[in-house]
Amino acid sequence: MPQSSSSPVPGGGGRITLPQPRGGTRAPAVELEGISKRFGSTQALADVSLTIEAGEIHALVGENGAGKSTLGKIIGGIYVPDEGRLTVAGVATGGWDTKRAVSAGVATIQQELSLVPDLTVAENVFLGVERSRFGLLRGDLRRRFEVLQSQSGFKLDPDAKVRDLRIADQQKVEVLRALARDARVIVMDEPTSSLTADETAKLHDLIHALQADGRTVIYVTHFLDAALEHGDRVTVLRDGRLIRTSPTAEETSDSLVEAMLGRSLEITFPARPPEPPAAEPVLSLRDVRSGDAVRGVSLDVRPGEIVGLAGLVGSGRSEVARVIFGAEPLDGGEILVGDRPYQNATPRRSSRRKLVLIPEDRRQQGLVLTQRVSDNITLPHLRKFNRAGFLMHGRERSLARRMIERFDIHPRRVDGPVATLSGGNQQKVLFAKWMVDEPAVVLLDEPTRGVDVGAKQHIYEIIVELARGGAAILLISSELEEVMALSHRVYLIRDGRIVGQVDPRAVPVDDVLFSLFEVQAPVLPASAN
Amino acid sequence: MNIDSQATDDSSAPALSIPSALLTRLRAEVAGDGWWSVLGLVRRYAVLVMLAALFVVLSVASSAFLTTENLQNIVNEQSYLAIVAAAGTLVIISGGFDLSTGAIAQVGNVVAAWVAVHYSSTLGLAAAPVLGLALGCLNGLVITRLRIHSFLATLASSLVYAGLALLITNGFLIPVKDPAFTVLGQGRVGGVYIAVLVLIAFVLVAMVLLNRTVLGRHIFAVGGNQQAAELSGVRVDAVKVAAFGFSGLAAGLAAAILVSRVASGEPQTGGDITLQAIASVILGGTSIYGGVGAVWRSVAGVFLLALIANGFDLLNANPFYKDLVTGLVIVSAVALSAAGGRRRR
Repeated sequence: MPQSSSSPVPGGGGRITLPQPRGGTRAPAVELEGISKRFGSTQALADVSLTIEAGEIHALVGENGAGKSTLGKIIGGIYVPDEGRLTVAGVATGGWDTKRAVSAGVATIQQELSLVPDLTVAENVFLGVERSRFGLLRGDLRRRFEVLQSQSGFKLDPDAKVRDLRIADQQKVEVLRALARDARVIVMDEPTSSLTADETAKLHDLIHALQADGRTVIYVTHFLDAALEHGDRVTVLRDGRLIRTSPTAEETSDSLVEAMLGRSLEITFPARPPEPPAAEPVLSLRDVRSGDAVRGVSLDVRPGEIVGLAGLVGSGRSEVARVIFGAEPLDGGEILVGDRPYQNATPRRSSRRKLVLIPEDRRQQGLVLTQRVSDNITLPHLRKFNRAGFLMHGRERSLARRMIERFDIHPRRVDGPVATLSGGNQQKVLFAKWMVDEPAVVLLDEPTRGVDVGAKQHIYEIIVELARGGAAILLISSELEEVMALSHRVYLIRDGRIVGQVDPRAVPVDDVLFSLFEVQAPVLPASAN
Repeated sequence: MNIDSQATDDSSAPALSIPSALLTRLRAEVAGDGWWSVLGLVRRYAVLVMLAALFVVLSVASSAFLTTENLQNIVNEQSYLAIVAAAGTLVIISGGFDLSTGAIAQVGNVVAAWVAVHYSSTLGLAAAPVLGLALGCLNGLVITRLRIHSFLATLASSLVYAGLALLITNGFLIPVKDPAFTVLGQGRVGGVYIAVLVLIAFVLVAMVLLNRTVLGRHIFAVGGNQQAAELSGVRVDAVKVAAFGFSGLAAGLAAAILVSRVASGEPQTGGDITLQAIASVILGGTSIYGGVGAVWRSVAGVFLLALIANGFDLLNANPFYKDLVTGLVIVSAVALSAAGGRRRR
């Protein structure tokens, strides 16, 4: 075999450390011309033209739903554009798909990771580029892996099952996988969203190392500071349109925000509802525990109050909501709804007690995508329309129609398939579904994830309106600004425990962020418990 | 899986007025979402188009085909299978698979004969559906309590049920001499086979159950997104038990028709129902991923397969080709469905 065992090169064909011959004029890494893409009634991208130079770090920024992930996925061959031309390394791409993208040297690291959970780290990294002799796998995975690892500086156990890794480590596996394929263009879609500060710094080092190695990195992110600091150029997308591409030296985070929103930031958040009168809490948790995720959470929410629960992914914030709602078991502590203990909670009992949960993942947990808008809205309320076992369709439809009006869902079709609605309208369907009974306690987990700016604004207004109407609201969100702008009080959760409580009007967002990331938190009061 | 173009499925179609509902929907959908809904329509109505085409071809090719007697014979012949396919549709929409219908028919028909011999014919014919309901619910309980995938649970239970049929008979036949026992399978009312009337009644019940009741809506929701259904307060386990119970009931009813037809309980009778029924449901475009489907299309699937077989008989075609053609028809219908359901993301 030509490959000697002492060869330092790990990747497919051993090209990984060879310096790319750098001629004076290299073809652009990726050229996009007039790219458009629709999903159902949503125009995800409209006539986007963009040239990404070889060897640059190109940041794509924009609000949720602006089309930045879609653009990344089109480059990676995951989506096929409806219109437009895509050229990679000077070669036009006909019938572009993930397979061709990979063989053309384009690797995508998606937000939703695509690893095989039951294979080991090393097996995942070399999946599809295994080396065999006479059809039998060669036992060189570990050696190749170690070489790869020493280059990237990532520390991972090659024999660990990917299933057992934390998301951040799984992301590293994805990066190694791209390296093992000797990708020249690497699309990273929000790679830092679930990393700690330390890991994020390492990832940024890696991005620069990739660039030094002659590779092109397309860095999709909503962290503007990261885009400015690490990108060479930045492209701003808004509502599927390319607003501008400029060198990062010419932009500031303010200028980017303005370009992203197309209007000033202030009007995004409606005024907080007035501070509710001192009243008994309608929802109380006393040292609530559940599995490994929730390890002692106490909090109170009063009627008319919006209470934020701020924490990172994996802090246990979603699990808290799920325990209250009865979707996770309560292993210890006490939950009080009204002033009565709420035991043996199930989603069914909760909704009958006017305690509702808008779950974080509307496609997996919220909506039945095979059904129509009206079916989704009325699903928890069918007994209202049950007469002698038969559904009364007329009444059901008129309720659905009323809710569609009230929450301004577009298109105004009761029979429309919910799957073709835009993210924002799907989210409004979810609100409509749970607001039928005027709930007393509303648990909101990521209520604006993946919705466009307009819908976001509308959802904020809905939340404030609910609180004005006397509902007690527990608001959970990755977008700290959102929690801080809407809440009367904010609990901080880390590792399944409440670590503090802040007045969002008095404490700057950055301090809260530091606290959540377990960096020194000088100004925060000690635990509220 | 992308389900956009199938999302407005028949979950609320008026059960009885198919043609007008079909027309309205055709108009609404072609106007609404364009090209993709055309594929959606192909997916949905492929089985009907193929059935109609074959019907016309056979009418022209054979003078013996388009006679009341031949047509009624076909329907009567297939009644037991169509009943199982109708109920099986609910199971598949709920996201499950029932591989035990054949075995329930096996044990059901010998129990019916045994009861008829030892007690009374009426009781015997009633025993099969009741037993089927119980065994179907047992399937559902195994699936939901022990958290076993329905495919495995019913594969195992089918061995148990078929084994019971052998134990009850010791491998022999149980002949029933009472002529009253054959009324269900052979009798006619006003020239129409009773089995055909039972079939019509059962299909109507299945359609109403699926499209007009809370349970039906919950079946769609559980199959479409179990997690969302659960978080919406749907009692997912109860819905599954009900769907499997209904399927068992249908298999028991099929067993009663079969045993009444031959007046003899036989441990092998009905064993081949399982795959034929599932093939018919799939042929009708009901998604094996759950959440989407319709009873009447599964029934159409049964008769599409029956017409192919009938065509071979009437045209004296080489019967060696029968299975081959049937298989090709199933593959092409399913491929059409897939084209309608798939969507380049």
